[in-house]
Amino acid sequence: MVKEMKVCITSMSDNLEASIDPHFGRCRYFVIADPDSMEFESFENAGSSGPGGAGVQAAQQMINRGVTALITGSVGPNAFSLLSAEGVEVLMAAEGSVAEAVSAYRTGSLKKLEAPNSPGKK
Amino acid sequence: MKIAVASGKGGTGKTTVAVNLALSIGKVQLIDCDVEEPDCNLFLRSDIDKYQDVILPVPRVDGNKCIQCGKCVQFCQYNALAVLSSGPMLFPQLCHGCGGCMLICPENAITEDERITGVIERSRSDARIDLWQGELFTGEPMASPVIRQLKTNIREGEGEVVIIDSPPGTACPVIASLRDVDYCILVTEPTPFGLNDLMLAVEVVRQMGIPFGVIINRNGMGYDGVEVYCNSGDIPVLMKIPDKRQIAVLYSEGIPFVMQMTEWKGHFLKMFEDVCRQILSTKEN
Ligand code: SF4
Ligand code: SF4
Repeated sequence: MVKEMKVCITSMSDNLEASIDPHFGRCRYFVIADPDSMEFESFENAGSSGPGGAGVQAAQQMINRGVTALITGSVGPNAFSLLSAEGVEVLMAAEGSVAEAVSAYRTGSLKKLEAPNSPGKK
Repeated sequence: MKIAVASGKGGTGKTTVAVNLALSIGKVQLIDCDVEEPDCNLFLRSDIDKYQDVILPVPRVDGNKCIQCGKCVQFCQYNALAVLSSGPMLFPQLCHGCGGCMLICPENAITEDERITGVIERSRSDARIDLWQGELFTGEPMASPVIRQLKTNIREGEGEVVIIDSPPGTACPVIASLRDVDYCILVTEPTPFGLNDLMLAVEVVRQMGIPFGVIINRNGMGYDGVEVYCNSGDIPVLMKIPDKRQIAVLYSEGIPFVMQMTEWKGHFLKMFEDVCRQILSTKEN
């Protein structure tokens, strides 16, 4: 069976027209879209204002929801180690709208993040 | 009586104040809570012995027993745990060692391990000042448990004077150091930056409900913003330490300045009396 594609974009708001929120752990919303049908769901990031470990919490959410690829601007070391251990692809996009990010994903023009690019927070 | 010396940022002369105050009073217990950089003894130069280890309980997860139910993850308020499809993963740098995940796990997959994260040390009995210090090992992220354990060695009792040298800043280790103190001396410099950091520190001690006063160190730089702020907010300025070459030279040689400029012992003692009076009057109100 082909695994269903679920792409998560960190977002400023809860819809496809919203701008990308570049910080993974502290982003406001997550938008999870199916790149083929453009069907999507969104939810608030509960960890956006919590104390520490926001990246771990956000990564756990991705894993729980079976996300296959994450599109965001920056990921800290803890979150990155979880995402890569689970085989979630991390792709870079720091600007533009969520919909634009999904189309860029479809054309394969997003750059893959190979290592954490934010210092994270203790 | 427990008096803490704190400041909104490092390098303002906090340790200088703590050490000189301790030496002026004489019979005190001095607790160096700046466990990431204990430096009181750079000035006291006492022989120090190890007193005890600081042991933090850390969870160890058995991947074979874990059924990936995620209960531990939900429980951990520090987000130190995550569960992958291959099993659980612990982030020791985020773990506060509360032990909750071990209790919550329905499969008993989490057991308690221990990690020595620091050490408590004490000066020998013949030292001028009964100095206690904690040291957080390099690479260990949690200063607060070391501070809390260090503070369990405080002697409470009638007539005991305890001076606590807090770490700089306003984060958790500062709160851990200031908890339960009777008074806080905030040390600052007469500069716009000093004022900014002072205001942050004032917010913390006010929230904690600790009576406090301010010492202006390196006074005489021509900026009066700190004094204006203190006066307008009814904050007592306890002492002004002048920006004097002799004090700077003694500091750089690691000599507490009251040892050579002995008239300052009197100034510190008088300030100590003022502090005691302020503590009493707050207690009465
Ligand atoms: S011991 Fe406490 S802080 Fe550490 S992982 Fe378990 S629940 Fe989290
Ligand atoms: S609570 Fe126990 S069984 Fe459940 S995920 Fe955590 S370690 Fe595994």
